[in-house]
Amino acid sequence: MTTDILDHSIPEIAARCARGEVSAEEITRAALDRIQSRNPALGAFLTVQGDTALAAARAVDAQRTRGEPLGPLAGVPIGLKDALCSADAPATAGSLVLTRKAPRDGSPERDPERGYRPPYDATVVARLRAAGAILPGKCNMDEFAMGSSNENSAFFPARNPWDSERTPGGSSGGSAVAVAAGMTPGALGSDTGGSIRQPAALTGVVGVKPTYGRVSRYGLIAFASSLDQIGPFAADVRGAARLLEVIAGHDPRDATSLPVAVDAYEAACGRDVAGLRIGVPEEYFAEGIEPGVDAAVRRALDGLRGLGCEVRPVHLPHTRHAVAAYYIVATAEASSNLARFDGVRFGLREDASQGDLRGMYGKTRGAGFGPEVKRRIMLGTYVLSAGYYDAYYLRAQKVRTLIQRDFDAAFRKVDLIAAPVSPTTAFRLGDRTDDPLAMYLADVYTLPASLAGLPALSVPCGLAPAPDAPTASATRSVISSLIDSAIAKAKALPIGLQLIAPALAEARLFTAAHAWEQISPVRGARAPSS
Amino acid sequence: MATSLGPYEAVIGLEVHAQLLTRTKAFCGCATSFGDPPNTHTCPACLGLPGALPVLNGEAVRMAVAASLALGCTVQHHSVFARKNYFYPDLPKGYQLSQYELPLARTGVLEIEVEGETRRARILRVHMEEDAGKNLHGMGGASVVDLNRAGTPLVEIVGEPDLRSGLEAAEYLKRLREILMFVGVNDGNLEQGSFRCDANVSVRKVGEARLGTRTELKNINSFKFVADAIDVEIRRQIALLEGGERVRQQTRGYHPERRETYLLRDKESEADYRYFPDPDLPPLTLDEAFIDGVRSALPELPSPKRRRFTEELGLSPYAASVMTAHPRVAGFFEETCLLHGDPVKVANFVQSEVLRDARTSGLSATFTVTPKQVAALLRLVDEGTISGKQAKEVFTAMAESGHDPGDIVREKGMAVLSDTSAIEQLAASIIAANPKQVGAYRSGKTALLGFFVGQVMKQTGGSANPAVVNEVLMRLLAAPT
Repeated sequence: MTTDILDHSIPEIAARCARGEVSAEEITRAALDRIQSRNPALGAFLTVQGDTALAAARAVDAQRTRGEPLGPLAGVPIGLKDALCSADAPATAGSLVLTRKAPRDGSPERDPERGYRPPYDATVVARLRAAGAILPGKCNMDEFAMGSSNENSAFFPARNPWDSERTPGGSSGGSAVAVAAGMTPGALGSDTGGSIRQPAALTGVVGVKPTYGRVSRYGLIAFASSLDQIGPFAADVRGAARLLEVIAGHDPRDATSLPVAVDAYEAACGRDVAGLRIGVPEEYFAEGIEPGVDAAVRRALDGLRGLGCEVRPVHLPHTRHAVAAYYIVATAEASSNLARFDGVRFGLREDASQGDLRGMYGKTRGAGFGPEVKRRIMLGTYVLSAGYYDAYYLRAQKVRTLIQRDFDAAFRKVDLIAAPVSPTTAFRLGDRTDDPLAMYLADVYTLPASLAGLPALSVPCGLAPAPDAPTASATRSVISSLIDSAIAKAKALPIGLQLIAPALAEARLFTAAHAWEQISPVRGARAPSS
Repeated sequence: MATSLGPYEAVIGLEVHAQLLTRTKAFCGCATSFGDPPNTHTCPACLGLPGALPVLNGEAVRMAVAASLALGCTVQHHSVFARKNYFYPDLPKGYQLSQYELPLARTGVLEIEVEGETRRARILRVHMEEDAGKNLHGMGGASVVDLNRAGTPLVEIVGEPDLRSGLEAAEYLKRLREILMFVGVNDGNLEQGSFRCDANVSVRKVGEARLGTRTELKNINSFKFVADAIDVEIRRQIALLEGGERVRQQTRGYHPERRETYLLRDKESEADYRYFPDPDLPPLTLDEAFIDGVRSALPELPSPKRRRFTEELGLSPYAASVMTAHPRVAGFFEETCLLHGDPVKVANFVQSEVLRDARTSGLSATFTVTPKQVAALLRLVDEGTISGKQAKEVFTAMAESGHDPGDIVREKGMAVLSDTSAIEQLAASIIAANPKQVGAYRSGKTALLGFFVGQVMKQTGGSANPAVVNEVLMRLLAAPT
């Protein structure tokens, strides 16, 4: 059976399914086939729910046979980040603390199939189901969404389909890889400080972080509640727009969700961008940016100018404080959000001696959380503790306000802001694991929009060879032939263009991203291993 | 009492936790409950399951605002829920949602009367929070958790340290409980823990401005013990100071049988709760229109009600306090008064008869009769249809059968015989049957009238109108046959 159907865009797949040219079951089988063949090398999915996915697909097909109207995602397989609760799948959030202990029968210590089973669907999951989407599996992620490389997954890292020795980014790395490697045409991730945009950029797909409050967080296992936002991944802008249109909207179960009508995002794709004012913050082209990234983003700006956009510089002077403010606010909230993983009601419990409650807590959390999560819990606990609250948490909130004001001022002059997503292309697995600070600093371009609660997306804008790939030596040496063959194999890596809009102006993001996509040199580019 | 403390005075401030009588919990849609099977009123939110979020219950806000206004507090337009972080199995999220820096309401006052003297005890603040679940120990050696109570809305009412004795503290609690019950937001049940009190107690030399080191008495779950526990703790602290020792900042419990307080934990080693604003809940903003709406819907509070009962309805202070002992009793009394114009008579009857069989449980009360029945019964007495003594009998029958008093009087043939001609006939036959007594009476032994009255009453089964009987007998006996 051919799995080519998956290489079409989400609207195209849904349309073919609705017309009966392909059944939802066939599409789902294609996705399951591809997951089976490609996932072992890429680690995008932690668990696969083939049976329930096929049952859902057959239900869609039956609906069509009966002549009932089909939803906008009818038959479209969508991967779910494992931080999202779905009543028919385990949810581990990439953590051992949400698994049961391995039985003493030689089965692996770390098995996401033994994950916690939520008794309910997240609001976005319910909306996907209602729209006819098929949910074949749960995607890999950094533990509790803490990380930028997926290496903090308690199970195994997801790998970049452009070069499987490299990271796909994180924390929603699995979701990005599922789409980039053609396993599912779309996926949901969550973005707290760049966790959708950065992996989208590093894997060459479209990823959207909506306005804070645009998508219900109900059923998203929280990392940092004031920053977390669920958003879509898709191979193209229109697909991402359709996905967001399905999941967005007010939800009475989330008090922070905005009671504002959802714009027609897909209809915004294809609108003219002439006259659109695009601001370019020089603070985002600072020291440390790879020349290839800088060049690709600037070429994209030239392209947009060519479409009639007015590109001009803007200033976001407090950008340099974003990393510090973010790692205070996010860790503070995380330290509290992760208190519920205590071994009492669900997930892992390590036994202590009878009556030793503190011991049970300590052992459970000690065994359940990985090093990065522990580091952030400790940081967050510290910044909230008596005597330090004002100096850290309160001050960070003030910086957050200043960053919001930067954007407010900029958006009085421009309609959108354009910038790189990540200062680098995908780095090698293991490169930064010993240097958490370097890992944190790489989030510098995505954090400000998160702190300001603004919508932002990443759209592919170029490919460049990795700067750490071997370069040709002038002198011919004994190993020159080896080097030459390495250069030949030096893989091109994707680069993302970040667009940031004022609150709730997602439609504008889609308009601009779609316009760029039509003239992009990497339009339709697919990862080589997909 | 302050007089017995020598050179010392006690300083007491109470913190009261009162469960709000909402149908559902503070931050989810689960029913509030008491006594149901464990963990039957739970959902992802109140179980603290991953991904679940809190949504504030509007009914809880309205009740908390009503309580605040009834206590004379200023309701804040902007208040914030914070997270109080600590680990305990009955706390599913690992933090309690509680207003901290920015509470719902501030600066109220409660009037208390102790030994005939009225004092004003200030209220520092009223804030909203959620209750924890319950840990149950010793279930087959294990400890288990019931989370039915987790997330039940509470108001915490923090009093200023304005109280000076256990008696004042008990009085403060009674008045506070009464207000919350009359406003209809709390059932005042100390035993079930829906109304709980912690007391901060310290002592200092009279005249000293600085407060002494305080201890916190936790969970005194009976009115009977509040005054005792506090007075015992005051004496313990004075004894420490007199012995040259210092009072340590501690949390203490009270042992009623031994009449002792005992150490629960040292405050100095207490956890850092790491409060911060809950990012899952936007700040609570209330506009003046909402607050005014709640204010205008407030019922009459117990103190003004008592004043009105004495000043306008003519009740004695004692009767007024009995008629306001419970909101439903007051309601019964007032409803009966609407149907019967004499509040004093109504109060007497309610007090002596109705309340004897009435049962209160929390905010609800069951009466064996209705105000309409009581008013009708009192009217039968007023009209002379039945006697006051018969009224009690009718009341009992009414309570048993539920029938209206008029029907009962008719069924039992109890109507007072006021028909003069019928009584005349009967009297004449009695006079004819007792010539000896008639002779004695007529020769001056007028005390024998009682004998004749007794005969008439006996033959009518007590249903003859005594006034008519007297009048008829005197007339017939006076007239020579």
